[in-house]
Amino acid sequence: MTIDAATVRKVARLARIAQPEETLEPLAKELSGILSWIEQLGEVDTDGVEPMTSAVHMPAPMREDVVTEGGEPEVVLSNAPKRAGDFFVVPKVVE
Amino acid sequence: MSALTSLTLKAALDGLADKSFSAVELTQAHVEAVEAARALNAYVLETPEQALAMARASDARRAAGDAGPLDGAPLGIKDLFCTKGVRSTAGSKILGDFQPTYESTITANLWRDGAVMLGKLNMDEFAMGSSNETSAWGPVVNPWRPNMGEGGGGNAKLTPGGSSGGSAAAVAAELCLGATATDTGGSIRQPAAFTGTVGVKPTYGRCSRWGVVAFASSLDQAGPMARTVEDAAILLTSMAGHDPKDSTSLAVETPDFAPFVGKSVKGLRIGVPKEYRVDNMPPEIDALWEQGIAWLKDAGCEIVEVSLPHTKYALPAYYIVAPAEASSNLARYDGMRYGLRVEGANLTDTYERSRAAGFGAEVKRRIMIGTYVLSAGYYDAYYLKALKVRRRIADDFDQAWRTVDALLTPTAPSAAFSLGDKADDPVAMYLNDIFTVTVNLAGLPGMSVPAGLDSAGLPLGLQLIGRALDEGTLFSLGGALEKAAGFRAKPQRWW
Repeated sequence: MTIDAATVRKVARLARIAQPEETLEPLAKELSGILSWIEQLGEVDTDGVEPMTSAVHMPAPMREDVVTEGGEPEVVLSNAPKRAGDFFVVPKVVE
Repeated sequence: MSALTSLTLKAALDGLADKSFSAVELTQAHVEAVEAARALNAYVLETPEQALAMARASDARRAAGDAGPLDGAPLGIKDLFCTKGVRSTAGSKILGDFQPTYESTITANLWRDGAVMLGKLNMDEFAMGSSNETSAWGPVVNPWRPNMGEGGGGNAKLTPGGSSGGSAAAVAAELCLGATATDTGGSIRQPAAFTGTVGVKPTYGRCSRWGVVAFASSLDQAGPMARTVEDAAILLTSMAGHDPKDSTSLAVETPDFAPFVGKSVKGLRIGVPKEYRVDNMPPEIDALWEQGIAWLKDAGCEIVEVSLPHTKYALPAYYIVAPAEASSNLARYDGMRYGLRVEGANLTDTYERSRAAGFGAEVKRRIMIGTYVLSAGYYDAYYLKALKVRRRIADDFDQAWRTVDALLTPTAPSAAFSLGDKADDPVAMYLNDIFTVTVNLAGLPGMSVPAGLDSAGLPLGLQLIGRALDEGTLFSLGGALEKAAGFRAKPQRWW
């Protein structure tokens, strides 16, 4: 599988990583190299094999649906890049 | 005070218990050693004041007859662990000066048992790397250097391995009595092999992931690095345990692992997987493996050749599963609630600029691969396929456990290499984990034990792999290998 610059541009957009135009071509080459190495998985017969989604054999544990902690705006906001009062300040989303 | 930093963790705990020295004296010696070793770049943050405060509190507890199992032991903490009020960066610029407002469960367990924190240890960015070169703080330098000899090379700077390179270097250079580390594809065991230290990756779910910055959640597992098998056992006993805050934490009792070290291994059946005899393996590593087999035979083990037919597909499967999970986990770094924000023209532009400025090249590469294999049209062909191959790999081990109790393999396909050697070739770098990554995919425990030196005088490790939750047997076998190998070599101090 080869990836072209246009695909890299699309994937970078999906991943929300700004990629300068001149990096697209080299990145396409790099990712193509990695993906062609990964292609060998095609050799493995996986018909009827159940996908392994977890390394532990146990059902997801349930807990009581109750509030355990909270009401600590100072703690929550202490690493905020920008804040106003008890709020995070973020770029405008709705025009 | 250098004698105090040369002690094993066990000997230091004994010395504290019989009042040969105080926790403050032990900690002060380590603080000085850390300060004198900045050329190694092992610590990204030194916390001497906190360390000494913790040591004074430890001495007070001991005087009151209230000492815990690790009381007064100075440890280093990989920077992937969130430590309350102490900068935690995961080796990335995107976390900036992030100061966690909470403590990871594992470090909380260590402090509960009385341990002392010396500082935070360098690592590959978000634990993505095998040489520590992807760290935003620059690479760690391995305290080991190749012998002077024909052609020189005695001053070459070597990688300590990765991603837990700071942990490995700090333990090897006696900058702590032991360290926490994490292992997603080999990040505890490969650096252990490269630095002549012991590294244990426990069964998935043995140690809580809560408060450990996530890379690939179905593979990440924390464990100890130490200078002896017994020290690693003591540390794991404190670190492990069920934690309701991690939904994949196993609700099982934690055994006291230290008594397993020194137990007879007579009658154990040890598998040697034939698929691990890869092409281009250095003859010295092959010879060490044979030596390891002979040592375990001498100790009374029965050696059985086994087959793990899907071994060669483990790395390609890993490089789908791990980046896929990483691309999802790292979506949280958006510059809104914490970490680096680079303002842009609008919300999306701010996300894109923040992430472009904050992530390094390898992290971006893996996020891109993960995004690609999860994107519409490719999910089945890549991600689902990899999950099925992962099942095949786990089934291989289940098959092996019908005839053997544990497996013996080399830890890594080479000794430590020079910094810069593989930096331009991602796939060559990924191949470092060829012997370790299968264990993560299957969720099993693995251990690297230093077993000898190569002709350049660099350490080599052997890996033991066990059944799920059977770390006890690994500690017994690791103890047997350690005793037979009589590995006493230490890096010559040059820093």
